[in-house]
Amino acid sequence: MNFKLKDLGPQLITVIAVVLIFGFFTYNAQINMENRGIDFGYGFLSQESSFDVQFSLIEYDGSHSYFRAYLVGLLNTILVSVIGIIIATIIGVIVGVARLSPNYLINKFAAYYVEFFRNIPLLLQIFFWYFAALRALPLPQDAEAIFGVFFLTIKGLYVPAFIWENLNIFFYSIVAATIAIIVIRFQAKKLQETQGKQIPVFLISIGLLFILPLLSFLIGGVSLSFEIPQLKQLAATSFVYDGGLSLPPELIALTLSLSLYTATFIAECVRAGIQGVGKGQKEAAASIGLTPNQVLKLVIMPQALRIIIPPTTNQYLNLTKNSSLAAAIAYPDLVLVFAGTALMQTGKAIEIVSITMFTYLSLSISISILMNWYNKKIAIQEK
Amino acid sequence: MFKYLKQLTSLVAMVAVLFTFTTESMAAKKSKTLKNTQKKGFVRCGVSQGLPGFSNADAAGNWTGVDVDVCRAVAAAVLGDANKVKFTPLSAKERFTALTSGEIDILSRNTTWTLSRDADIGLTFVGVNFYDGQGFMVRKNSGISSVNQFKNGISACTNIGTTTELNMRDFFNSRGISYEPVAFEKADEVVAAYDSGRCDTYTTDKSGLAAQRTKMSNPDEHIVLPETISKEPLGPVVRQGDSVWEDIVRWSLNAMIEAEEYGITSANADSMKTSDNPAIKRLVGAEGELGAAFGLDNEWSLRIIKQVGNYGESYKRNIADTGILPDRGPNQLWTKGGILYVPPAR
Repeated sequence: MNFKLKDLGPQLITVIAVVLIFGFFTYNAQINMENRGIDFGYGFLSQESSFDVQFSLIEYDGSHSYFRAYLVGLLNTILVSVIGIIIATIIGVIVGVARLSPNYLINKFAAYYVEFFRNIPLLLQIFFWYFAALRALPLPQDAEAIFGVFFLTIKGLYVPAFIWENLNIFFYSIVAATIAIIVIRFQAKKLQETQGKQIPVFLISIGLLFILPLLSFLIGGVSLSFEIPQLKQLAATSFVYDGGLSLPPELIALTLSLSLYTATFIAECVRAGIQGVGKGQKEAAASIGLTPNQVLKLVIMPQALRIIIPPTTNQYLNLTKNSSLAAAIAYPDLVLVFAGTALMQTGKAIEIVSITMFTYLSLSISISILMNWYNKKIAIQEK
Repeated sequence: MFKYLKQLTSLVAMVAVLFTFTTESMAAKKSKTLKNTQKKGFVRCGVSQGLPGFSNADAAGNWTGVDVDVCRAVAAAVLGDANKVKFTPLSAKERFTALTSGEIDILSRNTTWTLSRDADIGLTFVGVNFYDGQGFMVRKNSGISSVNQFKNGISACTNIGTTTELNMRDFFNSRGISYEPVAFEKADEVVAAYDSGRCDTYTTDKSGLAAQRTKMSNPDEHIVLPETISKEPLGPVVRQGDSVWEDIVRWSLNAMIEAEEYGITSANADSMKTSDNPAIKRLVGAEGELGAAFGLDNEWSLRIIKQVGNYGESYKRNIADTGILPDRGPNQLWTKGGILYVPPAR
């Protein structure tokens, strides 16, 4: 009994303190809002937003609701975060490995890159890439076509749009290929464990991923055509590309700066991870006759990943949260669209800021859960 | 029996309501904001982050502009010194929260008076110190001379958190033109992006366009189109719920405009005390007890005129002489063909 009380005491006090603090702030906010004649409520979410957004992944215009505007901002935040995380990881791994390269030039280049980009405030980098891009990029009428179909201009990157026929059949073929690959991998593992035979799983997988979608084109009735952007004149000196897909320069500048900045930290995580694996491991693996590729794949990486994953998770979270700096360069992310324009037009500061905070919290926790799951998967399994 | 009881209670309730109303209006004289301002010794005023002619800081940190002059007028009336103002530069997004949360006491930041802002979010607009309307700026060499020449796919740079975003949608929508809105948080970035060619047009209040044009790398390359697509009455705002403070700000502005109407300037204000016109004498504090109504002395308006000047002086100093908008347009007195018309100070 005594033992339990001692255990529960501090926890109870913590809970009471948290409840009291929250209660105080809620009460305080309520009183102050009442005094100033401000209503509290989330009803505005279903009202017509009556403002437009530059770039949206879902259909949206001012006749949609504020909730829809929230979704537009949220999806744009997720878009820039996902692309940013992927590019940052690729650059980070390459630079991290390069820092350990025996080649002096590669080694130093990677080191200078890391020291340069991680020591300049991110907001400055965003401004730099954005306004540098705006200064350097040509006006639409002066742009040279890249491969005849891409146009990189001050108003954005214009790429051909895909026009699919029977897209669903193509989609099914990819699903079928994926399932087949999983089955083959499973069988190959079993084969190796029971009979010690190895089959070229990687080559077979690539082949499947290529052949099945190809078959869907040849006999499935799938066809694909492109809509190439066309230059259109708006006025004597102002032009724009019509048709195709356009990626705004704001998105490009933001993704670029976020990736280059975060990649420096990931590179350091990767370097630490690889250096953290004992030298004896590599030598022992080589001594039992594994090829250098196998040493890296089967011995070094599995152990290095355990060191790399937890700090890299932090970098992914940072990148996602840093994407809110988008507001400075007009990329319509959650902060600009919802905590910016929507907040201004409705005046619902507490409601909108709380929703925005909760959304970032949920995003971060989702990333954490995903990464923790992966971390657990690759951790040493105690048997 | 019960019937009478009911009538009696409602009578008591009515008397009680009347009583509370009378005590309320007595208590209201002791304005919390006024008291706090006098205790602190300065007026807390929210302004823009830099809009020439309206509120702009020079290299030494001195603020000038017609919006700034409203706050300085209030400081002259309440504290006796027009320089006792603490200016807080605010973005369009921050401005109302700063006011409702009590960080500032007057918001004088080229803010458009609209129904939803006035009624919804705990604010009260006290008047109009500049009649404006939204317009478009384009590059001269584009050959565009009217908004009728806008075509599908045009990109427009603007600020977030302003009525501009909404007007822009109404405008393009009603004409069936598809457009790309590029909205920045700060005005400086809008100007930089438009100036570099990111957008075909830059849209905001016409006064803002005229002022920002002076910041462009080559102002002569840009023109403001003649059309005005909205009404933008700009004016000072105060928090809801302090009617005495509200009256002080409103009548400080009105006093400046009425002083111009009667030809009272910072130079001749003292000599006007002996004028034959009772309206002039009231404005310079030589007759009547106007200040008492909001707990000030009788020379409040005289100090405004002497230290800040009348509306015409403020306009000339900040907007006309700086070359932003030499023509006063609608911001001329009603007696001279404009729409500036304020209720009489009596």
